[in-house]
Amino acid sequence: MCGIAGIIHRGKSSNVGSEMTAMLQALKHRGPDSTGFAIYGETKPGDFLMRIKVAEKEDMDKGHGILDRIKERISEVDKRLRAHDATIKESENATAYALRYVISHDGNIKEMAQHLEEIDGVEILSLGNRLELIKDLGDAAAVSEAYGLGSYEGTHAIGHARMATESDVDIRSAHPYWAFPYNDVSVVHNGQITNYWSMRREMERRGHRFTSDCDSELLAVFTAHNLAHGVSLEESLRRSVQEIDGVFTYLVATENQLGMAKDAMAAKPLVLYESDELIAMASEEVAIRAILPQEIDTHDPYDEEVRVWQA
Amino acid sequence: MAGVSDSQLKKMTQEERVKALGMATEQLSGRSLFIEFNADEEDRFTYPWAPEVDFNKRIEINADNMASTALNEKMRELMTEGYGSIVIKNPRGKHSLGVGILNRLNLIFEGSLGYFAVGLIDGPNVRIKGRVGWSCAENMMSGTVVIEKNAGSTFGAALRGGDLVCGGSVGSRTGIDMKGGTIIVGGDAGALTGFMMQRGRVIICGNAGKNLGDSMYDGTIYVGGEIRSLGVDAVPGEFTDLEHSWLSRKLRQFELLPEKGVDHFTKIIAGKQLWNYDNLEPTEKKLIL
Repeated sequence: MCGIAGIIHRGKSSNVGSEMTAMLQALKHRGPDSTGFAIYGETKPGDFLMRIKVAEKEDMDKGHGILDRIKERISEVDKRLRAHDATIKESENATAYALRYVISHDGNIKEMAQHLEEIDGVEILSLGNRLELIKDLGDAAAVSEAYGLGSYEGTHAIGHARMATESDVDIRSAHPYWAFPYNDVSVVHNGQITNYWSMRREMERRGHRFTSDCDSELLAVFTAHNLAHGVSLEESLRRSVQEIDGVFTYLVATENQLGMAKDAMAAKPLVLYESDELIAMASEEVAIRAILPQEIDTHDPYDEEVRVWQA
Repeated sequence: MAGVSDSQLKKMTQEERVKALGMATEQLSGRSLFIEFNADEEDRFTYPWAPEVDFNKRIEINADNMASTALNEKMRELMTEGYGSIVIKNPRGKHSLGVGILNRLNLIFEGSLGYFAVGLIDGPNVRIKGRVGWSCAENMMSGTVVIEKNAGSTFGAALRGGDLVCGGSVGSRTGIDMKGGTIIVGGDAGALTGFMMQRGRVIICGNAGKNLGDSMYDGTIYVGGEIRSLGVDAVPGEFTDLEHSWLSRKLRQFELLPEKGVDHFTKIIAGKQLWNYDNLEPTEKKLIL
């Protein structure tokens, strides 16, 4: 089933970490397996934020000597960052297996990212100037507390409460997906994509990489491919409705935009609230009510509807 | 049913009533509840175990910190105590509120509801001063449900009777599989409205999305605005004077009659050209295909 949510404040920052936590917690019944956040905060010009994981959560329980391997992997990450002339300005452990880096770098991001992911067990969750992507097993409240998201300020965010249907219960298959290697682009999805494998093979032929077998990752790669070729976010969303088969509603966030697309059958829900100050959307109205308890007007976008909002 | 009086039914446990009403073999035979109605027996038009309520007995409940199950149980308790007018404040989009009410009741929700609002009801008059999520009034048998704002998809799915009214716009697949009753939409309706409907009427004052009336068996759809496209086997029908007056009266009743009247409405019915309308056996059909 899965639950998705998005919020964007027009022209100002807010405590989107706490808002998204409340929204996703209200959607817990739609997906208790994992929860993920893509939050767009403020950074210094030229700085890159990088979120990586160096092991799966389940490895911590069953892996003999995993702490030593994690230490080796982190050391190798630092070494390779320096090899790409990146300056590590900050580095902190969010959990034993997830790290947050602030780096400055003016080289080729894709090459650096690919080099880092060649390290066994290392996956970049996000890399960008504003995007911080956090995902882990458990509900929103647990993930938010573990990663200290309650105080995160930003202009917009998207999130996902996952019920695993087509791939494993692990961080790799959790949403959001970063649109590798495109800066600051993330995707959350509720649905099933029926031409996943044919589309994936097409994308792989064009040089894109997939880190999981989760059909939702295709939407991130599809978006990254279009944006890299100069297609606008709105046009990319429109193309997805025509080219991707299945039932889906998905949200895409970029550095300063938030977009949504719904399939031709309108088979997956989304409730939308719009005001002069903010736009909030979620699979169910209860999620919007979690941050806007007053009586408000909401509506369901129709089939093949595509919308993009500016922060 | 023969030989079992209402007073006896009232004293029975749920399990005994199921057997007495002939539902015991339902799972095996697939047949549905069989009750022979007798117009002379007034009680036959209500459920024997449904509580007697007094519309003048009114109560307000603040649902702010109540879970859906607790709230539904509270309403049941109040109806058993004879409350006939219940006002629910701050429902805040909770799911499955007001379901399974089988008696007369004035029920007002002062706010929006989530999924499966007032489903499986038979008799109450409900007013929702907000919006509803997916599958509102699913399988409703009788009564009136009025929603003041918008509604989500599968609005009135499998509706069997009563009037279901949305003052705003509704999502896709409104009236899917409906078997009776009337759905009225003040605004627009999404794709596949009236999909596989079998009986009943859908009135859309605004525009209708694509595939309107797709694979409908029977029933009628009236559209005041533009139709994006008709579904398989859905065809325009001709208005009769009787329908014209019924449509005007029905929309006026809910204060949704357009200023210019209903002359501009389009009527859509089943073309009845699909496979389910021929008399061929499957083997014969294969030969033809």
